[in-house]
Amino acid sequence: MPAVSKGDGMRGLAVFISDIRNCKSKEAEIKRINKELANIRSKFKGDKALDGYSKKKYVCKLLFIFLLGHDIDFGHMEAVNLLSSNKYTEKQIGYLFISVLVNSNSELIRLINNAIKNDLSSRNPTFMCLALHCIANVGSREMAEAFASEIPRILVAGDTMDSVKQSAALCLLRLYKTSPDLVLMGEWTSRVVHLLNDQHMGVVTAAISLITCLSQKNPDEFKTCVSLAVSRLSRIVSSASTDLQDYTYYFVPAPWLSCKLLRLLQCYPPPEDGAVKGRLVECLETILNKAQEPPKSKKVQHSNAKNAILFEAISLIIHYDSEPNLLVRACNQLGQFLQHRETNLRYLALESMCTLASSEFSHEAVKTHIETVINALKTERDVSVRQRAADLLYAMCDRSNAKQIVAEMLSYLETADYSIREEMVLKVAILAEKYAVDYSWYVDTILNLIRIAGDYVSEEVWYRVIQIVINRDDVQGYAAKTVFEALQAPACHENMVKVGGYILGEFGNLIAGDPRSSPLVQFNLLHSKFHLCSVPTRALLLSAYIKFINLFPETKATIQEVLRCDSQIRNSDVELQQRAVEYLKLSSIASTDVLATVLEEMPPFPERESSILAKLKKKKGPGAVSVTELEDSKRESGELNGAGERGPDPSVMAASNASTPSPSADLLGIRSAAPVSNAPASAGSLLVDVFSEAGPAASSGAVNDDGFLSSAPPSEDPAPPLSEAEELLNKFVCKNNGVLFENQLLQIGIKSEYRQNLGRMYLFYGNKTSVQFASFTTTVSCPGELQSHLNVQSKPVEPLVEGGAQIQQVLNIECLTDFSDAPLLNIKFRYGGALQNLTLKLPVTINKFFQPTEMASQDFFQRWKQLSQPQQEAQKIFKANHSMDTEVIKAKLLGLGMALLDNVDPNPENYVCAGVIQTKSQQVGCLLRLEPNAQAQMYRLTLRCSKDSVSKRLCELLAQQF
Amino acid sequence: MIKFVIMVNQQGQTRLSKYYEPVELSKRAALEAVAVRCCLSRGKHQCSFVEYKDFKLVYRQYAALYVVVGVSDSENELSIYELIQNFVEVLDKYFSRVSELDIMFNLDSVHIILDEMIQNGHIVETNKSRILAPLTAIDKMADG
Repeated sequence: MPAVSKGDGMRGLAVFISDIRNCKSKEAEIKRINKELANIRSKFKGDKALDGYSKKKYVCKLLFIFLLGHDIDFGHMEAVNLLSSNKYTEKQIGYLFISVLVNSNSELIRLINNAIKNDLSSRNPTFMCLALHCIANVGSREMAEAFASEIPRILVAGDTMDSVKQSAALCLLRLYKTSPDLVLMGEWTSRVVHLLNDQHMGVVTAAISLITCLSQKNPDEFKTCVSLAVSRLSRIVSSASTDLQDYTYYFVPAPWLSCKLLRLLQCYPPPEDGAVKGRLVECLETILNKAQEPPKSKKVQHSNAKNAILFEAISLIIHYDSEPNLLVRACNQLGQFLQHRETNLRYLALESMCTLASSEFSHEAVKTHIETVINALKTERDVSVRQRAADLLYAMCDRSNAKQIVAEMLSYLETADYSIREEMVLKVAILAEKYAVDYSWYVDTILNLIRIAGDYVSEEVWYRVIQIVINRDDVQGYAAKTVFEALQAPACHENMVKVGGYILGEFGNLIAGDPRSSPLVQFNLLHSKFHLCSVPTRALLLSAYIKFINLFPETKATIQEVLRCDSQIRNSDVELQQRAVEYLKLSSIASTDVLATVLEEMPPFPERESSILAKLKKKKGPGAVSVTELEDSKRESGELNGAGERGPDPSVMAASNASTPSPSADLLGIRSAAPVSNAPASAGSLLVDVFSEAGPAASSGAVNDDGFLSSAPPSEDPAPPLSEAEELLNKFVCKNNGVLFENQLLQIGIKSEYRQNLGRMYLFYGNKTSVQFASFTTTVSCPGELQSHLNVQSKPVEPLVEGGAQIQQVLNIECLTDFSDAPLLNIKFRYGGALQNLTLKLPVTINKFFQPTEMASQDFFQRWKQLSQPQQEAQKIFKANHSMDTEVIKAKLLGLGMALLDNVDPNPENYVCAGVIQTKSQQVGCLLRLEPNAQAQMYRLTLRCSKDSVSKRLCELLAQQF
Repeated sequence: MIKFVIMVNQQGQTRLSKYYEPVELSKRAALEAVAVRCCLSRGKHQCSFVEYKDFKLVYRQYAALYVVVGVSDSENELSIYELIQNFVEVLDKYFSRVSELDIMFNLDSVHIILDEMIQNGHIVETNKSRILAPLTAIDKMADG
């Protein structure tokens, strides 16, 4: 051991560590540790009082044991005792033990707090530092309560030692993070900001972390830090390499501090003051220039430190996105790094360029490096670097280079690492769709994708290609021809069979003229894959077969033969068996007209944002895909099938009620147990529709047997609100008209209008069956407190609703005072003898009584400040549930009823609104600020209202909308 | 911010661990194991930054010892990479040619050094002599 280590001072510890190191096995180690733990425990429990030295020794041993991964459940008390020792070494080890082992909810906190209090008032700087470290490490609520008011004073006091200031700054940061409500910066703000000017570099380094965090939370209050940071940075950047003495690291002046300053500046937009801005631009230019100068040292530490600053400067340039000259220079600098021999630099350059590609000023400059990046994708030996290269290619792709990039990515896929294949597949699919000029290229690309990386092609991808082929008739023939050729391969991926089955089932007729792809050839080709496929694919193929019967009558006999054979009609899988039976029956009894109607070509899908994109965004999100996200993606794939948005489509539901839910249905990600996949889903449901028209009695019987709606007990009491009532309510927050509810029997539409504190709502009840509804009654009620907040009057409705008929009801609504709950609408009627009873929430929400208020920026912020009491503000940070498109968001905010104010928020990405809620008793002024973060797919929503209950309710309502 | 600093040897034994965000004991072992595996499996030509879950690992190898730092997205990778170097240089200065054994037998001193450099997940001091000030003070007391 080197002379400097005072190991001889603690022989017992050295022996113990050596023992552990000599243990031959894990068991032996555990045995030795248990022995030691028993020894220490008995020493602590023993009658003989231990001296400070022994306590220190044992605590050190415990620390070591903890490091080896063993839980320590004693010794805390002894550590706390060490805190009150007057010997620095003992005190220090006590604090060390506590900061490593004690968590913030420990019961010992009160005792620890006492010791800290003593040390803070001791005026001994080393003791004060230890105490502050401890607060910073444990940072519990109780500590914040005890010390939050004390620390800022220590931090800014003139006579505080530099090292204490450093600890105090970080300590305050911790308390601010755990209990922001307790750390009131108000009076200290300007003095804290001025720490940036402190003579001591260490103090600046520590303070800047605190200031950065505070600026992120209250940018306006800390605005002055920008000019101070710029001048500090300028002094560092222009200093000679030796000026800063001990803060110079391998000839680079204060690299860490420079990075932090540049990072702080990224919390703000470019400085408005011309002089400050000029000085900053000068700094940034100097940093870029230095990169070109010959290095002052050959040591890698020198260039690393220099480049750390350079990359941070480039981040700032990208963040400002306003200096074309600097952006292009940054791009060129990164371009040099792309070919650097240091892997670290290549990695960082690719990463940084990825953000640069999205700036309009530098997009073209980034594109010039395409060959280098493609080369990196092919030759880099590190998968994380290749991943960055793929990201960059994706970011720099536009119409001009899409074909090249997609081709390169496809060829890379063949050898790509398994870990990034799925993401690559998604990216290729998105680029191919986004930049498709002719859709035959798109179809080729996706089919290639399936061929090369079939296992990684998720449902979203192949759903999407089908959706596009169906919506574009110019590409259908080409698609049919291409899949037909692709299926010729002896071993083709199951996803290819799915796409092939679907497309040939729909558009096989377009290539049937060619004898080489005559109907029978097509069928035989598909059927040759049948037995190798999984159940869901086979189900899809069966649907393709029945479509063939319609398209090509000449194949009818052959296909019926296939359907009739035991392996289909008696298949052990219920879904397959049912399809075989139903399709066989359908093909034998239905006339050609019926068949043609049932098996008509799929109608075009409604245009909407690609669900692949959503999936990619999720993949990029932090952590693994959680369960809720999985459910989300299921829902999306449902929408892709055109079923999701229509909600409980009666025919689909009837179909799913009639058939047993099969596992294959779930596999395809359609909610409930809708029959498998796109075509089959609608083909199946059409099927049932036809039958139900033939015999409505039978179908309605089935409905009742199935117990639809009978979850509500057949009593005269109003049923409890439907489980989805809240969701239905949310649909109407930003709109006044639409369909409130729909099932197989009944559809309820709504039209409403509001003026001041009054509203009128028209309800339309439609009977969807052909049978009369008897004793039809509706009741509107305001449960509990709501009665005194809202007054709703309704006229009774006709007790009989004929089949197919619609009746109307008018409600008059008066808002007396602000409210949170929604009124309930109960509907009862008899259908075929059975009592139907359901309760919904009426979409009357507080925001309906908004009057928009236009105001200028100045007025807005003045009012915003006036509403500054904590309870007046409600804030929520949430994940985007819907598209973050600007127009969509604007439309929703307008629908909300407030005035959408332009040019108010300094950040043009943000939305601010103002309005007054009119109630009979009072008017409530409301201000709203919505800050989207497209990168993280998150929003922050802040509401400030003159009444706190309103802020809260509006915040709840709105968080569901975006 | 910095989430943790760990030192592990090639056998996967942890020699130092310091967490700046609470992590359960059971999860620490798993995390450390992942970090070691990740570093050991990477060659010299591979870059020193690895994405892991929602944070990045920045690592640097010194003979048989790895220093691994977990950082959030907002941290400058190269500056952390050099921070590791600075940390090791400070250890080297204090122990005069630091070895794995020095770290094991003087865990408390190593902790003091680290606490002087990083507090609460933020860099607080980079000046070597100031980092060592408290330790030199202790040693003087012991000698005197």
